Amino acid sequence: MFKDRKLLVTGGTGSIGSSICNYFKNNGCEEISSTTTNLNKVKPDQNYIKFKELNLDNIENSNLDEVFDFDIDFLILNAGLNKDNIFLRMSSDDWNSVINVNVNSSFHLLKHFVKKMVKRRFGRIVFISSVVAYTGNPGQVNYTASKSAISGLVKSLALELSTRNITVNSVAPGFIRSNMTNRLNDEQKNAILERIPMKKLGDPNDIAKAVGFLCSENADYITGQTLHVNGGLALI
Amino acid sequence: MSDIEERVKKIVVEHLGVEEAKIQSDSKFIDDLGADSLDTVELVMAFEEEFGCEIPDDAAEKIVTLKDAVTYLTANSN
Repeated sequence: MFKDRKLLVTGGTGSIGSSICNYFKNNGCEEISSTTTNLNKVKPDQNYIKFKELNLDNIENSNLDEVFDFDIDFLILNAGLNKDNIFLRMSSDDWNSVINVNVNSSFHLLKHFVKKMVKRRFGRIVFISSVVAYTGNPGQVNYTASKSAISGLVKSLALELSTRNITVNSVAPGFIRSNMTNRLNDEQKNAILERIPMKKLGDPNDIAKAVGFLCSENADYITGQTLHVNGGLALI
Repeated sequence: MSDIEERVKKIVVEHLGVEEAKIQSDSKFIDDLGADSLDTVELVMAFEEEFGCEIPDDAAEKIVTLKDAVTYLTANSN
């Protein structure tokens, strides 16, 4: 499905990021690259991925022309950070780093790659958003603000690039088995399961399949949209 | 017509698909030659490639006519 296409997924060592890489590999994508904050996190079975060490919290100090000296067809902005706390206890550092990693880094990565996509008249950009951007979630004002920002960015950028065969969409996962949800205790998990009509957490591969769809020819006419993958948790 | 002007004109003709005769030195890419805002970005990229130079964003924004491009490139290209 993705023969001769080149993919970059940020945060490729995380649960969803590694699933996305794997899905594209299994569907014929030959050149897969990714970013990580620390190359030691790369797992042995990820040796097919070209990893670049990049600190998204401090991306302005990186020379992206040097880090990414190659073109891509698909850009998946997946890397995300959460630093949860109730608003009144949230430090400005925790606010800033979540906004930096989840929003500001995307601005810089897009600046680097979109020009080339415009020139080549092709590009598929997919953000990983979150259901909580649409529902809110106590303890996550920074995270939900960052993901809501992405929602506006996706729509405006989709409109700007629509005449150049570049689509910009997002996938909004609900509760997915991942490093992020593994940190919840059993009581929290059960409370979540009760709210999910399908009565199960999603699998990272469920997200990878949605991303794959948005990059496939089946989605050529879809832009500026959010695909909600949440087992019925929130119907938006 | 200078060599630079000729090369710039060729890029504009190719990129915007307009007839060469219709391009005046002070024709505006967007208002007179039917370019959209992304076309102007692409024109600047094409100029950069042709003349082997980098045009910073603040300078690029001021290039709105053929004359602007020729003036900038005469002063800044190698």
